[in-house]
Amino acid sequence: MTDRAVITTEVPAMTVRTAELLMAVLLALCSIGLMVKSAELRIGWVPDRGPGSGAWPFWLSAGMLLACVATMIRWFRGTTPESRNLEPYMTREVALLVGISAGSIVFLLVVTHLLGIYVALFLFLLFYLKFVGRHSWLITVSMMVLVPIFIFCLFEWALKIPLPKSITEPMFYPIYDLMYS
Amino acid sequence: MGGLAEAMQPLNFMMIIIGCALGLLIGAMPGLGSVNGVAILLPITFIVPPTAAIIFLAAIYYGAMYGGAISSITLGIPGASTAVATVFDGRPLAQAGHADRALTAAAVASFVGGTISVVLFTLFAPPLASFALRFGPAEEFALMIMAFATFIGLGGDDIPKTIFSILIGLVLAAVGLDIISGQPRLIFGDIDGFLHGINFLVLAIGIYGIGEMLWTLETTKGEVMVHKVQISLDRMKSNFKDIKNYIGTTSLGSILGYFVGTLPAAGATPASLMSYGLAKTFSKDPDSFGKGNVGGVAAPEAANNAASTGSMLPMITLGIPGSPTTAILLGGMIIWGLRPGPLLFTENPEFVWGLIGSLYIANFATLVINLAFIPLFVKILTLPFSILAPIIYILCVVGGYAPTQTMHDVWLMLLFGVVGYLLRKLNYPVAPAVLAIVLGPLAERSLRQSLLGSHGDVTVFLTRPISATCILIALALICYPVIQKLTRRRRRNLGMGQGQG
Repeated sequence: MTDRAVITTEVPAMTVRTAELLMAVLLALCSIGLMVKSAELRIGWVPDRGPGSGAWPFWLSAGMLLACVATMIRWFRGTTPESRNLEPYMTREVALLVGISAGSIVFLLVVTHLLGIYVALFLFLLFYLKFVGRHSWLITVSMMVLVPIFIFCLFEWALKIPLPKSITEPMFYPIYDLMYS
Repeated sequence: MGGLAEAMQPLNFMMIIIGCALGLLIGAMPGLGSVNGVAILLPITFIVPPTAAIIFLAAIYYGAMYGGAISSITLGIPGASTAVATVFDGRPLAQAGHADRALTAAAVASFVGGTISVVLFTLFAPPLASFALRFGPAEEFALMIMAFATFIGLGGDDIPKTIFSILIGLVLAAVGLDIISGQPRLIFGDIDGFLHGINFLVLAIGIYGIGEMLWTLETTKGEVMVHKVQISLDRMKSNFKDIKNYIGTTSLGSILGYFVGTLPAAGATPASLMSYGLAKTFSKDPDSFGKGNVGGVAAPEAANNAASTGSMLPMITLGIPGSPTTAILLGGMIIWGLRPGPLLFTENPEFVWGLIGSLYIANFATLVINLAFIPLFVKILTLPFSILAPIIYILCVVGGYAPTQTMHDVWLMLLFGVVGYLLRKLNYPVAPAVLAIVLGPLAERSLRQSLLGSHGDVTVFLTRPISATCILIALALICYPVIQKLTRRRRRNLGMGQGQG
């Protein structure tokens, strides 16, 4: 009973072969989408103005579609190494590692929108260093303080590129006064 | 000699040293290249005389060209698009514990590239400038077709996937306002962020920053970045002995880089990628390219440094910038009250020759600073992955934000990073997409101008000698893998026939 339960609940990993076809189909659909979007503008010859605004991206997208079709044909014929590869495209372990990293960057960007980049950096470093890397509090806190200061000094002070601060902007007014006075 | 004496003036010499060091730092920062450094630091040069100012900015330009290789090798992220090709072999070398070898090769090749190009600049400025002037839109477009064909013919990757990569890069470059009619194009979901187009750095940092980190996570499981890193006097000696193995490739790349750099349509990025392709073609072991061949580091580094000098040629002699960085330098010259063009040589000789003299010195100064700090750069790799990864992610996010200062671009960068990683797992080459997004606007403009000028007659590319030559070379490059495949099949069949006989 237990074995049967395991067999029925376990999701088989997608093979590289399946991923190759799926990716080619997805990219072909994207190419068609781009062709449709480009065709909203003129794709033919406009008198005295040359090719229409949509011509360049339209024909490039058509080329992309042809390249995807070629990949699909090669998949059916088993020409590419990927079309013959029956190993998993992504193991559960890799998916977890990649998911944590990509997810933490999404978290960094969402918090940047809500609370500004410096609070986001602070929380991102806390999460990555303490909970993912399991580093000591000394290293974690040092990095949480030093990295935002370094980023501020380099980008905002030396290179004069203001970074997004959202609702925390007023907290920086005294520093701006010091910088620009 | 007068130029060297001018460059050796205490103020000018100090400007060279500070500029080189700053350039190295800026170039090494992912997302920041010479163009950012020169643009941001241009206003502070108004406090010094024009000659010292141009020397300072040229030193930053030079230093950033060297610095781009540092992050390409030690972090796997190109500091700027000009160092994209350096990642191809620099990163595998670093991962195999040979970061010091790759950095030495990059420094030496940059020095050779810089030196050869400065000599060429000094000797052949007038005839080359007039040759570059003959390039019209048809020639520019044909030259770009040749650059793309290099990837198809010599890239060694799956051809339909390479073509897809080139085309998607060109389509991404077309997003935003149409360069001729001003109409909005490919504005997905009517999101305003697409109106200003997609900056090439967004794609480059996404693919080579985020995507590379995800790839490293998969291959190392986050445990180690590099298995072994050693720095010793013996290793340094052996690294210098290595020079003879890539000096030929480096010299060829330097000359190619210089010539490509002089063309306003091209520049350091295509020069470095073309040089990489050439090095791979002429190598005795082309299969080792992309897996850690030191020649694959030296060739693009020599070319991008040579191209940076080359791009100054049309700026000084004709008043036409050869690259975005020289466009800013040109703007600076006008602010300083100078008139760029042929008259500059007679009206302000101390300025021109001081700049040329400073290039010789900056080249040497950057080599010394770079080599002295190689152990420090290599130390970066010994950091635990769980410390290095968040730092790189942060630099990518800030680097992705810096060029346009919109969060929209940072989200796009993340999307490109994840999609690039998923595509890379299926052997889609990503470098052609990066080249295509850089050259896309120029390619479209030159194609449309050519067709408009010829009233839609596409034979315009075949009736002009220079463009016809470029198109023929491009066709030969595209046919090369097919011919190679047929030859191999014929040989195999012959071998089987002989075996049976």
